[in-house]
Amino acid sequence: MSVFSRIRILWNAIAHPEDVRHQVESELAFHVDTQTKDLISRGMPEDEARRRTLAEAGRADTQNEKYRDAIGLRLYDEFAGDLGYGLRQLRRNPAFTALAIITLAIGIGATSAIFCVVNGVLLQPLPYPQANQLVSFSFAAPSIKMMHLGLSPSMYFVFREESRTFHHISLYNLNRATVTGVGEPEVLDTLDATEELLPTLGVRPVLGREFTLADDQPNGPRTVMLSYWYWRRKFGNNRSVIGDAIDVDGTLRQIIGVLPKNFSFLDRPGIALILPFRLDRAKTELGDFEFGGIARLSPGVTVPEADADAARMLPFVARSFPPPSRFSLKMYESVPLLPHIEPLKNEVVGNVGGVLWLLLGGIGLVWLIACANVANLLLARMEGRRQEFAIRRALGASPRRIARQLLLESFVLSFGGAALGLAFAYSALKALIAIAPSTLPRLNEIRIDAVVILFTAAISLIAGLLFGSMAVLRFAGRGPASGFKSSGRSQSAGRERRRVQDALVIVQMGLALVLLISAGLMVRTFRALIRVQPGFTALPANIESVRLSIPATDAPQPEQVAQMQQAILHQIEAVPGVSSASICSSVPLQGPFWRQPVFVRNHTDLGQEPPSYTEEFVGPGFFRTLGIPIVAGRDFTWDDIYSKRPVVLVSENLAREYWGNSRNAIDKQLRIGATDDWHEIVGVVGDVHVNGMNEHAPREVYWPIMAADMEGKPVVDVPNAALVIHSARAGSESFEREIHRTVHSVDPNLPLEEVDTMEYFYRHSMASTSFGLLMLALASGMALLLGAVGLYGVISYSVSQRTHEMGIRMALGAQTRDVLRLIMRQGMTLSLLGVAIGVVVALGVTRFLSNLLYGVKPTDPLTFFAIPLLLIGVALLACYIPARRATKVDPTVALRYE
Amino acid sequence: MPDSIELPQGALELLILKAISLGPLHGYGILLRIQQMSTDRLEILQGSFYPAVYRLESRGWISGEWGESENKRRARFYRLTAAGRRQLKAESERWRDMANLVVNILDVAPGEV
Repeated sequence: MSVFSRIRILWNAIAHPEDVRHQVESELAFHVDTQTKDLISRGMPEDEARRRTLAEAGRADTQNEKYRDAIGLRLYDEFAGDLGYGLRQLRRNPAFTALAIITLAIGIGATSAIFCVVNGVLLQPLPYPQANQLVSFSFAAPSIKMMHLGLSPSMYFVFREESRTFHHISLYNLNRATVTGVGEPEVLDTLDATEELLPTLGVRPVLGREFTLADDQPNGPRTVMLSYWYWRRKFGNNRSVIGDAIDVDGTLRQIIGVLPKNFSFLDRPGIALILPFRLDRAKTELGDFEFGGIARLSPGVTVPEADADAARMLPFVARSFPPPSRFSLKMYESVPLLPHIEPLKNEVVGNVGGVLWLLLGGIGLVWLIACANVANLLLARMEGRRQEFAIRRALGASPRRIARQLLLESFVLSFGGAALGLAFAYSALKALIAIAPSTLPRLNEIRIDAVVILFTAAISLIAGLLFGSMAVLRFAGRGPASGFKSSGRSQSAGRERRRVQDALVIVQMGLALVLLISAGLMVRTFRALIRVQPGFTALPANIESVRLSIPATDAPQPEQVAQMQQAILHQIEAVPGVSSASICSSVPLQGPFWRQPVFVRNHTDLGQEPPSYTEEFVGPGFFRTLGIPIVAGRDFTWDDIYSKRPVVLVSENLAREYWGNSRNAIDKQLRIGATDDWHEIVGVVGDVHVNGMNEHAPREVYWPIMAADMEGKPVVDVPNAALVIHSARAGSESFEREIHRTVHSVDPNLPLEEVDTMEYFYRHSMASTSFGLLMLALASGMALLLGAVGLYGVISYSVSQRTHEMGIRMALGAQTRDVLRLIMRQGMTLSLLGVAIGVVVALGVTRFLSNLLYGVKPTDPLTFFAIPLLLIGVALLACYIPARRATKVDPTVALRYE
Repeated sequence: MPDSIELPQGALELLILKAISLGPLHGYGILLRIQQMSTDRLEILQGSFYPAVYRLESRGWISGEWGESENKRRARFYRLTAAGRRQLKAESERWRDMANLVVNILDVAPGEV
């Protein structure tokens, strides 16, 4: 085959060039000898014969070149030659090469690291087959200002039966359950799901079977599926567990299947068990918009089509199910619902998309600054090689050949930078994942993959093109004459180059300023958040919270739950160092917080959907423990609780809304269910930022930890409540061990979890701010550094070029001060121009930050005043060092220097 | 020496193939044989001769082997490959057709058109 022989010949010439050269030359030598002998034998004198054949044959070493041309290696040889030449050039100037590569590595590495996060979180599809067909449901009721309602069971039934666009649909609820009988009792994250959940996601169990319709019936067999990690941890991958039973919340359930190893439900890899929902269609009422819904669209269906389909079906829902006892059908129908179906990925990713793109944009600016820096370095470096280019032109190299040489050298630099940058990104990524807020979804899906490598290659290619083409435009087109003419310090030749360098420095300064201002705004936000009064006076670090779940087997009656809770609190208050302790359904900053519609007597019109308020169940002493002021009335007492008095406390902002002030709220009444007894407000407490410092303090209703006559039930208890303990020892391991022991002295079966101080949750509530702050601070730090280095480089280069001029000036009587001022003025003109441009750009750009800001405007005057000053200060320093060097010029030396 | 003729593009390669088709030859031998076959009317310059040989080899039409020459020296001998044989046949026909065509046109007498 001629293709193979061709490849073999090319390969030989590339891999064994010396062998091939030797063969080509010996062939020619043989030719010359034979021909000479021939001529001699025909009677030509030996001298002449040899001379003639040699003249005809040409030089032996050009023969090898002819050979390589003939077999088609000319381009390769030129390329390899240019590359070798370029590498030698770079090696000859290690300081320049190292500086350029490190600068690029910073720019490219940082950009790649952030892109890696963007790729893993935003771009990659969810880890399910055909994940783009998966959608989630939410509903808005604009007339009552509820924008994020979930899917209700009644809607689920109608959608499942009537839909034209959903291939599968499933209703789910994130839950928790206590598993006993397999080792220590344990509270686990569980998922209640209707039977079609796994087919919807396109997931099949690795072991056993999926749920069937029978499992999901209210009277069906009690079954459960295990997650892979739970199966491995508890059953050591034992395949015979299928068919065994485990005790979940006091009910025996048969294990029917194990989920795949890589399965994660949305962004909750911690889910241990999936339980069938077992909804009873006959008992389903309207309302209950608190569940999650996932559907797989039929092939070819778009999200807007699904949305329209849901809107079409919503009226059937009201006709198919009865309203719950506390609402009338008319009430239900008076609140129009709007479906909002969106890709499932949006629900998982949430609102971090904006922040991440923003960070990528910020880091992209650093990359641009790095490119500008290298462009400047390269231009300065090429200036020194002008003669070399002139000589090559004179020897016949075409402008194209020189352009190719320059671009090749640029690509060597940029790919060197990319390689180092990737290594840098790899370690940066580890740090990034460690400090990223755990609220950042899909963290475990962030990795350097082919897409990231391609991205890195692309940005380094673009970087190489950017600064390489500047060098090409500047040098490749020049005729040979110009290089020889201006050896040294011709001012007119330098001016054009300086203009390019000046422009680059101005751009760098401007970009750095934009980043610095963004970081400055984040610092201001952070300070504003820290200054927010959380609403409680206890130090977060001094509050230990522990969630404990009292199993129904140990305390079947609500009264017994309350008694056990009181007993535990009693024991804990006796622990040394504890100043007070109480119990609550949700710890501020930690949640979860529920909102309930609340009827206020003489205020909420009957037949109208009541407004919702945050609800919390608390034990006596809760407010004292956290230092929440009781501004009017009194706290609950255990006597209130055991006597089942219908009492309630409200937050100050709720009291003010209805009755003008706290005092007037006392003795007023409210309730949740339309048929409940009225509960009397006995106290008003201060507002608390329970949802984090960057959220307003919500209006809250506090119920006793065991509340009487609520939502149609005679007694509501909270067996899964959290202890809050005020102690200077909070957070120490010995203290937490002691709390464990104390709780278990009352009941050894109680599982404890979420053992942490409030400090942890306080920090957590600021995590996205501090993450954004940290990233922007890092980006702007790099930008500032690179910008300063760029300015320094340009000024010192200019000083070195003007040594002669400085010498003349000083010889003519210029003072040190004059020279200093001359150089400084040059640098400061550039920086001030950059700052002016940067301020204008920042004014336009910072509004994209507004989601991240708190207590500060995107155009905050202080930031816009202080940050440019900072930049100018750094610029002054960057100019001062080379300017001082200029003043040290010795006129006699400078004038001799030619 | 008689008037030498400038060879058109591709002709030298064809002649080399033809020369080798009669039996393996080293480079100088090819040169001699072509001159001999042209009854010394062709003088081929080395500057274009060896690149043509190299090109033919890299296309896989001829293959070179080191062997011993008639005067006991190491020399590189070229043989025609199967592909080279096909190429020689196809190319010879093309040249013959073209030459005939050109000759026929040149032979057209004034009244024949």
